[in-house]
Amino acid sequence: MTKTTGKVIGVNGNMVAVKVEGDISLNEVGYVKVGEQNLKSEVIRIQGDTAEMQVFEMTTGIGVDDEVEFSGELLAVELGPGLLTQIYDGLQNPLPKLAEEAGFFLPRGLYMNALPRDKKWEFTPKVKAGDTVAAADTLGTVPEGIFEHRIMVPFNFYESYTVKKVAEKGEYTVEQEMAVLEDAKGNQHSVNMMFEWPVKRAISSYEERLEPDTSMVTKTRIIDTFIPVARGGTYCIPGPFGAGKTVLQQVTSRYADVDIVIIAACGERAGEVVETLREFPELIDPRTGRTLMERTVIIANTSSMPVAAREASVYTAVTLAEYYRQMGLHVLLLADSTSRWAQAMREMSGRLEEIPGEEAFPAYLESVIAAFYERAGVVRLKDGSFGSVTIGGTVSPAGGNFEEPVTQATLKVVGAFHGLDRDRAEARKYPSIHPLNSWSKYPGVVAVDKVDFARSILSRGDEVGQMMKVVGEEGTSLEDYIVNLKSEFLDAVYLQQNSFDPVDAAVSVERQNYVFDQLYDILGSILELSDKEDARHFFNQLRQHFIDWNYSEWDSDEFKENEKKIKTLLEQKQTGLMEEAKRARKAAESKEHSNA
Amino acid sequence: MRKIYSKIERIAGNVITVTADNVRYDDLAVVSSKYGDSLANVIRLDGPKVSLQVFAGGRGISTGDEVRFLGHSMQVSFSEDLLGRIFTGSGRPRDNGPELDENMIPIGGPSVNPAKRIIPRNMIRTGIPMIDVFNSLVESQKLPIFSVSGEPYNPLLSRIAMQAEVDMIILGGMGLKYDDYLFFKNALEEGGAMSRTIFFVHTASDPVVECLLVPDISLAVAERFALEGKRVLVLLSDMTNFADAMKEIAITMEQVPSNRGYPGDLYSQLAARYEKAVDFEGSGSITILAATTMPGDDVTHPVPDNTGYITEGQYYLSNGRIEPFGSLSRLKQMVNKDTREDHRSLMDGMIRLYANYKESLEKKSMGFRMTDWDNKLLKYGQIFEERMMDLSVNIPLEQALDRGWEIMAECFTPEETGLRTGLLKQFWPNKEDLN
Ligand SMILES: Nc1ncnc2c1ncn2[C@@H]1O[C@H](COP(=O)(O)OP(=O)(O)OP(=O)(O)O)[C@@H](O)[C@H]1O
Ligand SMILES: [Mg+2]
Repeated sequence: MTKTTGKVIGVNGNMVAVKVEGDISLNEVGYVKVGEQNLKSEVIRIQGDTAEMQVFEMTTGIGVDDEVEFSGELLAVELGPGLLTQIYDGLQNPLPKLAEEAGFFLPRGLYMNALPRDKKWEFTPKVKAGDTVAAADTLGTVPEGIFEHRIMVPFNFYESYTVKKVAEKGEYTVEQEMAVLEDAKGNQHSVNMMFEWPVKRAISSYEERLEPDTSMVTKTRIIDTFIPVARGGTYCIPGPFGAGKTVLQQVTSRYADVDIVIIAACGERAGEVVETLREFPELIDPRTGRTLMERTVIIANTSSMPVAAREASVYTAVTLAEYYRQMGLHVLLLADSTSRWAQAMREMSGRLEEIPGEEAFPAYLESVIAAFYERAGVVRLKDGSFGSVTIGGTVSPAGGNFEEPVTQATLKVVGAFHGLDRDRAEARKYPSIHPLNSWSKYPGVVAVDKVDFARSILSRGDEVGQMMKVVGEEGTSLEDYIVNLKSEFLDAVYLQQNSFDPVDAAVSVERQNYVFDQLYDILGSILELSDKEDARHFFNQLRQHFIDWNYSEWDSDEFKENEKKIKTLLEQKQTGLMEEAKRARKAAESKEHSNA
Repeated sequence: MRKIYSKIERIAGNVITVTADNVRYDDLAVVSSKYGDSLANVIRLDGPKVSLQVFAGGRGISTGDEVRFLGHSMQVSFSEDLLGRIFTGSGRPRDNGPELDENMIPIGGPSVNPAKRIIPRNMIRTGIPMIDVFNSLVESQKLPIFSVSGEPYNPLLSRIAMQAEVDMIILGGMGLKYDDYLFFKNALEEGGAMSRTIFFVHTASDPVVECLLVPDISLAVAERFALEGKRVLVLLSDMTNFADAMKEIAITMEQVPSNRGYPGDLYSQLAARYEKAVDFEGSGSITILAATTMPGDDVTHPVPDNTGYITEGQYYLSNGRIEPFGSLSRLKQMVNKDTREDHRSLMDGMIRLYANYKESLEKKSMGFRMTDWDNKLLKYGQIFEERMMDLSVNIPLEQALDRGWEIMAECFTPEETGLRTGLLKQFWPNKEDLN
C-alpha cells in the first residue's frame, strides 16, 4: 500500500492546510517536510480534498507546496514495560533522552522511542500453545520495578485467537516475538511486549464498570474526612492563581494510597515539574520501601512547549493510566491544568474558524471534558481482579471566577469539587480548600454522621463570624461566640495541615479517625466558660496543644503526652455533651454495628 | 536574486497581503514605501496569498509599494558589541552607534527541555526589605510587578537592576513613555551600569508591531549571553502594552477574541516569553522582572490574571509600597532557609502581626472599641510601614532582619510575638525583657 501524501496550501499559526491525494482519516498523523525536518501533525478536519492539521511544533519556515506524508495511523502511544519512571512530553517522547541527544533545548522534529528497545525483561509465560485468548488476556508477565507487568493480547485484537506459540521463560526485549496467535480464519499474528493504542480512544477491554465506592486515601485530612475522593472517581480543583492547586497535587502525588501515579503537567510552569522529577528519585515510598519515582510517570508538556502537543498530553496520560488499570492496579491521574488543555482546544477552534461559544471556547467543550473524565472508573477485569483510574484535574479559571465555561463544564461531570479560595490562601490557611463550598459524592474515611455534625458547627460558626463583622464582639452572645471559636478551632487543627512538616503532611486513616474523635468531643462539648476572654483563652491553649499533637509522631510518647494535655484541659471546662453530638455519635455507632 | 513584488492587494491596519510564491511562514520582508523601508513578517499563508505584519505600521503604505522577501525569519546580531547600546524593537540602533549585522541569531527559538532544568538556589539581593526579607527574589525566577498605573514601577525596576548582583542587564521597553526611557537611560548611566546593559526600546510613539518584537529580541540575546555563562537580568516594562499590541493585531486579523478583546492564545504567548527564565546548569541564567500595569487596579483583568498563572509570584505595588499581601515569591522557600536562621520565622511572625494590625485598623474604622492589644498593633503597623515597607529603605538583608527585631521589641513583649523561645533568646534586643 502506498502512503497518502499531500502538499501544504496554507499556514496559520500552528495550523496548516494540506491538499491531499488519497484517503486519510480524522486524527491521523502526518509529517510536514521542511528541509531536513519532518514535523509531526494531526488531522483535525477534513473538507473535500483539504485536510487541516495541527502541527505539534513551531511552524516557522513551513511554505506552500511543502510535502506532507501521512502515516495511516492515528495519534497513538506505545504501551509495554518500561513506562514507569519515565518523563515524557505530550507525545510520549522521553525528555531525558532528548536532552542527551540535543542538549538544553527541545529541537524541532526530533522524535524518539518511548520504550527502551535495548532493555531486557524477564518474561514468564502464563498461557500455553492451544489456549484460547482475546484482547487484554495475559500472555505472560515481566517484573517492572515493584509490579508484575502483564504482557497482554493487544487491545485491538477484536476476535478470539488460539495461541500457536509462546516464548519460553527468559529475557527478551520489547520488540522480540512473545507469542503467535491464530484467528478463526487461520491468519497468524505475531505479538511482542509492546503495542500501540490511539490516545483518543478509551480502552474498554474489561468485564464490567462498577460504582466507585471505596475511598482513595490522600492523607490530607480535609479531603479524606470532609470531601473525599473515591478510587475510580473524578474530582476537580479549581482556584485562582497562587491558591495552591499545584502544591496540593504534589502532596497528593506523594502520599495517595494508589499503586501508580501519572502526573500530567499540562501547559503549566516547567519549574514545577523539575521539583517533582528531581525529588521523586530521592524520596522513599513508605508503602513499598522504593523510591516514589518507581510508581510514577510524568507527562510534561509545559506552557512554552507547542500547544497542539499540550492538547494531546492529557490523552497520552489517561491512556497510560488505563493501560496499567488493565493489570489490576489502581492508578491516579493528576492533570495540572485542564484549563490549559481547554485553551489549546480554543486556539485550534479559532484557527478553524468554528462558531465560538462562551469566552470563545468551542461549542463542544463540555462534551470533550465529559468524555475525558468518563475515562476514569473502577472496573472488574476478565480475570476477576479489579483496577481503577482516578482522575483529578486542576482548573485555572479566568479571574478566579468559577462561573466560567471550563469550571462549569467540569463541575457537571466530576464526583467531587475541591474549590480553592483566594481569601484562605492569602490568610495562609493551607490547603486552601473552601470547606463549605466544596462537595463530594463519595464516601469518606470517618463516619458520616459525625462529619455532618462537625460540618454543622463549621457553618454555624461561619454565620456567627459574618454577623460579628457587623455587630462586633460586644453584640454577640457568649453562646454564639463559643460556636464561632469551635469552628475556628476545627479549621485551625483539622482542616489546615502543614504540607511541609514530615509528620503533619500525611495522616493515615487510623490517625484521622483517632484525632477526629477527640476533636468531635471538643466540638460537641458543653463548656463552662465564664466570659469571652475566658473562652478565647481556653481555645487558644487547646489549639496550641492540638497542633503540637498533630506534629508528634503517631503513637509516640510525645503523642500521648500532648493528647493527655488536651484531655486534661478539656475536662476542666467540659460539663457534658450536646444532644445533637450524642445523637450523631449514636447513629454512627449503630451503623458501624450493622456493618460489622 | 529574490523576486520583488509590487502589488499589495490588501492593507488593513498594520497587515498587508500580497500574492507571492516561495514564501515561508514567519519569513521577513522589506516593505519600501515613500516613508522609508520597514521590515515585515509573514503571519499567514493562504495559497499564494501572503499576509504580513508591517513593523512600521500600515499607515502611508500604498498598493504600489515594493515588498522584498529576505528568505529568513527575524534575527538579531549577537556579540559583546551590543553592550552599552540602545536599539529599537526591531534591532536598529536608537543611539548614534553603528548598525550591527554580524553573527545574526534567530529570535523566538525553541524552549528549554524541562529535564535539563535545575532547582533554583541563589538569592538575588536587592537591598529592599520587602523583597529580601519577605519575598526573596531568586536567580532564574520570573516575576512581574503588578502595578496601578502611576506607581513608580520603573524607578523600582531600575533600582533593583542596579543593586542586583548580576552580570548584565537587558531592558526591554514596550510602549515606554519617552520620559521613562530617558529616566532608565540616565539612571543606569549615573549608576555606572550602562556598560553592562543593553536596551531594546519601543516607545509609546513608535509603531505598535515593533512592540511585539521586544520580548523575543531581548530574550534571544539574553539566552545567548546566559549560555556563555552570564547571569542576565531582563527587565520588561510594560508587558500590558505588549499584550495590547497583540490584541490589536488579533483584531486586525479578525480573530475571535476570548476575553475583553484579547486573543485566545494570550496565556500561551505570555508563557512563551516568561518561560525563557532559566538557570543553565554549569552556565549562566536568565531572571525576568516585568512590569504589568493593571488597568483599573483590577487583578482579574486578563493581562495580570494570565500573568499570575504563568509567573512565579508577583510584587504588588500600591501606594508607593510593595504590599505584603498580594505579593508572593513562590521560590523564596528555596533560598530563605540558608540566609540566617531567624529569617523564616521573623518573616512569618512580622507578617502575621501586620495582618492583625490590618484587622484592628478595620475594627477601628468601624467604630469598635480598641483594646490594649489593638493599640499595640496600631503602633506596630505604623512603624512597620515606615521603616520596612517604605521604598526609600535601602539596607542589606541582615540589617533588615535586625531592624525587624527592633521594631517588634519597641511594640511588644517577647511572648506576644508568638515566636519560638529559642529564637527570642538569641535575637531579642533587650535581654532583660526575657525571663
Ligand atoms: N499547602 C501549602 N503549604 C504552604 N504553602 C503553600 C501551600 N500551598 C500553596 N502554598 C504557597 O502558595 C504558592 C502557590 O501555590 P501553587 O503553586 O500550588 O498555586 P497554584 O494554585 O498552582 O497557582 P497557579 O494557578 O498559578 O499555578 C506556593 O509557592 C506556596 O508558597
Ligand atoms: Mg499551579
